[in-house]
Amino acid sequence: MVYKQRLDGRKGDELRPMEAKTKVIPNAQGSASFKIGKTWAIAAVYGPREIYPKFLANPKRGILRCYYNMMPFSGSGERIRPGSNRRSQEIAMVMTKALEPVVDLSQYPNSVVDVFVELPQTDAGTRCAAISAAAMALADAGIPMKDLVSSVAVGMADDKIIADLTYKEEHIYEFNPESLNAVVSDIPLAMIHNTKELTLLQMDGEITKEDLLKALELGQKAIEKVYAVQVKALKENFIEESK
Amino acid sequence: MSEILIEERKIVVPGEVLAIGLDYVPGENTYREEDKIFSKVLGLAAVSGRVIKITPLAGPYMPKVGDKIIGRITDIAFSGWRVDTNTAYSAMLNVKDATTRFIKKEEDLSKILAIDDYIIVDIINVTSQRLIDVSMRELGLKKIQGGRIIEINSQKVPRVIGKKASMITLIKEKTGCEITVGQNGLIWILGSPEGEAAAERAIKMIEEKSHLSGLTEQVEAFLRGGR
Repeated sequence: MVYKQRLDGRKGDELRPMEAKTKVIPNAQGSASFKIGKTWAIAAVYGPREIYPKFLANPKRGILRCYYNMMPFSGSGERIRPGSNRRSQEIAMVMTKALEPVVDLSQYPNSVVDVFVELPQTDAGTRCAAISAAAMALADAGIPMKDLVSSVAVGMADDKIIADLTYKEEHIYEFNPESLNAVVSDIPLAMIHNTKELTLLQMDGEITKEDLLKALELGQKAIEKVYAVQVKALKENFIEESK
Repeated sequence: MSEILIEERKIVVPGEVLAIGLDYVPGENTYREEDKIFSKVLGLAAVSGRVIKITPLAGPYMPKVGDKIIGRITDIAFSGWRVDTNTAYSAMLNVKDATTRFIKKEEDLSKILAIDDYIIVDIINVTSQRLIDVSMRELGLKKIQGGRIIEINSQKVPRVIGKKASMITLIKEKTGCEITVGQNGLIWILGSPEGEAAAERAIKMIEEKSHLSGLTEQVEAFLRGGR
């Protein structure tokens, strides 16, 4: 009943290798690609633009609208039915709520900023990768933002608190012969960098209060690493060229 | 005890701390929270005296009174036209602002400006809800005929025009084109086919490299090499 060595050999607080890039979709006002391990999210931002359907318009400020979509071939090989479903709608909603507190659209009444996130490949932590990519794309589009949002999942596999779970770790009871009856918890987090406010906190599974607090502490450190990658990618485009 | 944490022309991301202490004043695209000044956009920092501001590297066009823009007619109303301004907001062009000629009540407005015509207009009024009125009564404001229209990010427009219009004059001279730059990022180029293509490439190059210095020389070399 112990999960000593992580399946991919990482340390408990170690994230999967990250790779981030902006300006990947030339058509969009802003865009970003964010890879963490095998999970890969591409975000494109359009707007502020005229909102349709009109009844959604808010005369006091512009609204933020997120779309989340896993590509049909993105999972383990089982074809994922394309199009919107209950899960993707929920994730789009939590993404919007995770990003809304930092995006300032008060100068753009009656308009909408659309954020489209596509996932060409997934291996758990998709909503976190999607939020991280979306925050970068919004900044790249020049949308006024109070701060950046970074996101990563933490959790508990068997008896070990770990950061950035993979699909296999979320299903540890199937993949680790010593953890057959293990309890798993997966806690996606998103945090505003300066204020350390959490804008996303969800959980699947079971966890004790003590462990949850430990996991959140670990999450805060893990999110700092994501933030560093985001900032580097946003600045890279301009620094490299100026040399 | 105030401290400034950034240098001139350094690239900052949203939420980056620019200065600590009350001696500095938050300018454009920044905000203050307690004693710190933060950036609000991705851009280049600029410090002038006590004021810190950020020049954005991208971003939407904000309609301003007095701006010359290029628009497209999208609809014809009772006494005017609706104009797409390449932003989230459409503008209204009233008959009285469209022409100096007297227009009879029963006259067909589509004979003057039809749907999908491009026009060069001045913004004469913007409300807090971003309702825009435009006018064509000034000199040089007219319906666009011929040439091509290209789109760039509106934040790069000042760079395309250059200091005292130096950049745009250079492109005009080298390519022999007539070029009108709208503040909303639409640009009309009229000239010989080769000239138009060269001017378009030069403008796209400026858009790409707008954050670099010494751009005028580069554009000059590019236009000389291209011919």
